[in-house]
Amino acid sequence: MASRLLWASRAASLLRISVPYRGFASVIKDLKYAESHEWVKVDGNSATVGITDHAQDHLGDVVYVELPELGTEVTQGNSFGAVESVKATSDINSPVSGKVVEVNEELNGSPALVNTSPYKEGWIIKVELKDAGELNNLKDADAYSKFCDEEDAKH
Amino acid sequence: MELQSPAIVMGVSGKPAELLELKLVLGDHVPVIKRFTGGGTVIVDEGTIFVTLVCNKDAVPQVQPYPRPIMSWSGTLYDEVFRGIADFQLRENDYVFGNRKFGGNAQSITKNRWIHHTSFLWDYEDRNMDYLKLPSRAPEYRSARDHTEFVCRMREYMQRPAFVDRTIKALEAYFSVQPVSSEAAVNGDPQTTTTTEFIPSTRLVSEKELEDAFASTTFERMAHTVRI
Repeated sequence: MASRLLWASRAASLLRISVPYRGFASVIKDLKYAESHEWVKVDGNSATVGITDHAQDHLGDVVYVELPELGTEVTQGNSFGAVESVKATSDINSPVSGKVVEVNEELNGSPALVNTSPYKEGWIIKVELKDAGELNNLKDADAYSKFCDEEDAKH
Repeated sequence: MELQSPAIVMGVSGKPAELLELKLVLGDHVPVIKRFTGGGTVIVDEGTIFVTLVCNKDAVPQVQPYPRPIMSWSGTLYDEVFRGIADFQLRENDYVFGNRKFGGNAQSITKNRWIHHTSFLWDYEDRNMDYLKLPSRAPEYRSARDHTEFVCRMREYMQRPAFVDRTIKALEAYFSVQPVSSEAAVNGDPQTTTTTEFIPSTRLVSEKELEDAFASTTFERMAHTVRI
């Protein structure tokens, strides 16, 4: 059973689909990931940031997203906003350093996009990158998947 | 600054227009505080008991730093506190005796630590509940009951010192517990205090903000009437 789950998870991540059962979380191949469960998609000097499928699954239904102001400076590893789910606010930490150039206003009216589409419609901010070298501090999809499995196994 | 009693405390995303009977709140000059944790709106007074747990993220083994594991663990903690006293349960995200709420919870989770805090409804005046609207986001077990049918008074179930003693005892299963003066609790240990400036995000909502919120609800009601 476990090996079948492992095969399914690898297949799912290669196919970039999310799978209904919650033995693992989906990841997208081309993104980079922080241990605090945020993802970043880099396109030249621009980066799009959100929280991962693992994060949204563990947080529960998101009812509110606290977005930063445009122009805010973000630093890799530091908090820039928060999501509210259940009775908790949970910090969102930036996987990159730079300046916030766009925020996803859709989340004001539809915070649940973070749950239903964490890697697409649920994106949170866009950042003008300050230091592309910092991306080396992040994990690729496989390393992040493994990290999530290890974290869940510990509890 | 000392606030008068009662006071209203809202969660980070709470909207006064949706959650409060603003005409009454403004008329009676009830202070409204916005805290930094999630969760709902409560009325607090001089009897309210607050229990706040601030933990490093790995402080409780087997508890992942996410809302549901923390909430669930807190339920097992308070199971011990109320064992043999009353029919205590963690029901959805509330502490209840039977199906009546006496404790409301809220959390904030950062990269390295989390806070779980509870306001325990020790006693209350029925009329204070009039300041709160029925929230649109309510737990299922509430079943549209109004405040007085939904909550209960903790003092009807146990003595105050007994609650404090039993809570300390339950915590001792996980932590070593030491008393500190309230001054030390507020100002911290001078040997370990960080030099980083701390800017609190919990704030008193100004009367102007409440008045503007009330004005917008009145305008909406008028606009709706005109449309009919």
